Amino acid sequence: MRIVVCIKQVPDTANVRLDPETHTLKREGVESIINPFDLFALEAGLRLREEVGGELTVLSMGPPQAAEVISEAVGYGVDSGLLLSDRAFAGADTWATTCALAAGVKYLGGADLVICGKQAVDGDTAQVGPGLAYRLGVPHVAFVKGFQELAEDHLVVERQMDDGYDVVDLPLPGLMTVVREVGEPRPPSLKGKMRAKKYKVPVATAEDLSLDPSSLGLAGSYTQVEKVFAPEACGDREMIEGPAEEAGATVVDRLVQSKVIALGG
Amino acid sequence: APRRTDERTLASKGVWVFAEQRQGEMPEVVLELMGHGKRLADELGVELGAVVLGDQVKGQAEELFALGADVVYVADDPCLADFNDDAYCEVLAKLIKKYQPEIFLAGATSIGRSLVPRVATAVETGLTADCTSLTIDSERRLLLQTRPAFGGNIMATIICPQARPQMATVRPRVMKKGERTPGQTGRLIELTLEGKEKTGTRVLEVVKALDEKVNLTGAEVVVVGGRGLGGPEGFDLVRELAEALNGVVGATRGAVDLEWIGHAHQVGQTGRTIAPKLYIGLGVSGAVQHLVGMQASDTIVAVNTDPNAPIFEVATYGIVGDLFKVVPAMLDRLRELRGGA
Ligand SMILES: Cc1cc2nc3c(=O)[nH]c(=O)nc-3n(C[C@H](O)[C@H](O)[C@H](O)COP(=O)(O)OP(=O)(O)OC[C@H]3O[C@@H](n4cnc5c(N)ncnc54)[C@H](O)[C@@H]3O)c2cc1C
Ligand SMILES: Cc1cc2nc3c(=O)[nH]c(=O)nc-3n(C[C@H](O)[C@H](O)[C@H](O)COP(=O)(O)OP(=O)(O)OC[C@H]3O[C@@H](n4cnc5c(N)ncnc54)[C@H](O)[C@@H]3O)c2cc1C
Repeated sequence: MRIVVCIKQVPDTANVRLDPETHTLKREGVESIINPFDLFALEAGLRLREEVGGELTVLSMGPPQAAEVISEAVGYGVDSGLLLSDRAFAGADTWATTCALAAGVKYLGGADLVICGKQAVDGDTAQVGPGLAYRLGVPHVAFVKGFQELAEDHLVVERQMDDGYDVVDLPLPGLMTVVREVGEPRPPSLKGKMRAKKYKVPVATAEDLSLDPSSLGLAGSYTQVEKVFAPEACGDREMIEGPAEEAGATVVDRLVQSKVIALGG
Repeated sequence: APRRTDERTLASKGVWVFAEQRQGEMPEVVLELMGHGKRLADELGVELGAVVLGDQVKGQAEELFALGADVVYVADDPCLADFNDDAYCEVLAKLIKKYQPEIFLAGATSIGRSLVPRVATAVETGLTADCTSLTIDSERRLLLQTRPAFGGNIMATIICPQARPQMATVRPRVMKKGERTPGQTGRLIELTLEGKEKTGTRVLEVVKALDEKVNLTGAEVVVVGGRGLGGPEGFDLVRELAEALNGVVGATRGAVDLEWIGHAHQVGQTGRTIAPKLYIGLGVSGAVQHLVGMQASDTIVAVNTDPNAPIFEVATYGIVGDLFKVVPAMLDRLRELRGGA
C-alpha cells in the first residue's frame, strides 16, 4: 500500500502572541515544530505500514526550512519525503494549499491512502484534509480515533462525533484525518535518527508540479485575511477573598446575580 | 486570485443554513444559525434558506419555517440516513450550483467540519472555519467572518471577495438562537437523487458509548477537574458539582494521563475545544495547552491553592483555596438558594 502522510511545520503556538502595535505575529524566539496532530497521523501511517505493508512517504508544503519536519519524520521511520517549496506557495489559504498538496500526491505517483492530522495548530481550520480528498477524487473520513479493520482495499475506522463515534467503512483509495486517540508515535529509533541525518529532502517547485502560479499561494486563494487582532481581554475579573467556605458561597451568589446559573430546575 | 467572472457573484442571492441532523435530531447550533442567518438575510434584503439532508426528515421543514426560513430544500433518501461525506457533498454541491446562494453557513460540529470543506472545494469557493462573529460590510456587500486562530491567541477577520457562496462554519454557542413563530410557512423544494450518491464511505454502526457520551462541545456548563483533585475519587466531587449545575465533566490532560478519567473528557489543545456559558476549573493550573481549549468560555471560575496559577489570568472569578473546602461550600449554597426558591 502506498501511504502519504501530510505534515505541516507550525510555530509552537503556545508562545505566539500578536504585537499590539504592529498587529503582526511575534515570531522571534518561537520554535517551529511538527504540527502536534500530524504526529498522530504519522503513527497511524507507521502502524498501517506494519500491518498491511507498503511504502510510507511524508509530504509537506512550506518554506525551505520545513525540510526539518521531513527529516524528523524520517527519524520516526518513514521511507521517504517530499517538500513542496516555492515562493508561489506563500500565503495560501486552504483552497490553494489543497491544490498544491494534491499535485504533490500525484507527483509522488499517487497514493492508496492519504493521512492528515485533525487540524494544524496555527491556521486551525481542519479544512485541508477534506478539501484534499475532494481534489484527489477520493472519499474521506475525518476525525478518525481508532481502527477496526485494516486491509489493502478498505479500512474500517472509528470516527469521533460530538455524541459518540461512528464505525465507518472507508474504501481505498481514500483519505482520513486522525485525532489523538490513534496514538502518539513511538519514539524515533537510533537507526532512524542516523538515516535522518543523511537524508537529503527532495524538493519540488510549482514548475516541477506543472502548476500555474496564479492557482497557488495568495494569488490562488479565495479567502483573504482582512485583519488580525488580539482577542479582547474578557470583561472584569475578581478574586474572591475570604475563607474557603465563604468564598464558595460568594461565587455562587455572583453566578446567580449575573444570571450565569439559574436556580429553577 | 482564481479570478472568475463576476456574473456568478452578482447572480448569487440568499443566505442558506445547513440544518444538520443526526438520527432526526437537529443540534442547537442549527437554531443559532437560523437566528443569525435571518438577521443577515434581512440586512441584505434576501431570503433565508435552510437545507435538510437525511431519511424521513421532511417533517423538519415545519420547524425550519417556524424559525424563519423562506425556503426549505429537502433531500430525503435512505442513502442519506447516516452522515456520509461523499453523498452529502454531492447533494449540497448540486443544490448550491443550481440555486446559487450568496452565503452558506453550517455549524462547526463534527459533521460540519468534515463535510463543508469538501463542499467548498467542490463548488470552488472559499471557506472560513470556526467563526465566532459574522457581520455584513454593506458597502462591499461582503460577509466579514471573524475567527480565532493560533490556538485562540489571535483573531482574524476573513473575506471571500471573488467567489460565491461565501461559506463559513460557525462555532456552537456564540450566536443567539432564532425566535420561533409556529405556523409560519414557506416554499418547500424537494430534491430527487440520481443514485451517484450511493458510493464512498458507509456508516456501519453509530455508537453512543458511555464514556464517549460526554458532549463537551455542546454543554452550557463544564466543570473541569485537574491534578489538584489528588486522585480518581476527586472526580466524585467534580461530578456532584456538574450535576448540580446541569453540566458535564471535563478534565485536564494531567488528570487524563494519570487515568483518573477517560480521554473523552479532555479539554485543550489535544482534547476538545469548548466555549460554554460557564467553565469551572478545580485544581487546574491553566497550562497554555489547556487554556487554548477553554478561554473563549463566557464565564470562568477557577479554584486553586496556588495564587500564581496561570488559570487566574483568564478567570472571571478566582478563588485561592482548597477545592475540597470550596466546592462543598458551593454545593451547600446552591442547595440553600434552591431550597428557598
Ligand atoms: C489567522 C489566519 C486565519 C486563517 N483562516 C483561514 C480560513 O478561515 N480559511 C482558509 O481557507 N484558510 C485560512 N487560513 C490559511 C490557512 O491557515 C492555510 O491555508 C494553511 O496553509 C492550511 O490551513 P490550516 O493551517 O488551517 O491546516 P488544517 O486544515 O487545520 O490542517 C489539517 C491537516 O492538513 C495537513 N496540512 C495542512 N497544511 C499543510 C501543509 N502546508 N503541508 C502539509 N500538510 C498540511 C496536515 O496533515 C494537517 O494536520 C488562515 C491563516 C491565518 C494565518
Ligand atoms: C503537545 C501538548 C499538548 C497538550 N494538550 C493538553 C490538553 O489538550 N489539555 C490539557 O489540559 N493539557 C494539555 N497538555 C498538558 C499541559 O501542559 C499541562 O501539563 C496540564 O494541563 C496540567 O494539568 P493540571 O492542571 O491538571 O495539572 P497541574 O499543572 O499539576 O496543576 C494542578 C493544580 O492543582 C492545584 N491544586 C493542588 N491541590 C489543590 C487543592 N486541594 N485545591 C485546589 N487546587 C489544588 C495546584 O496548585 C496546581 O496548580 C499538553 C501538553 C503538551 C506538551
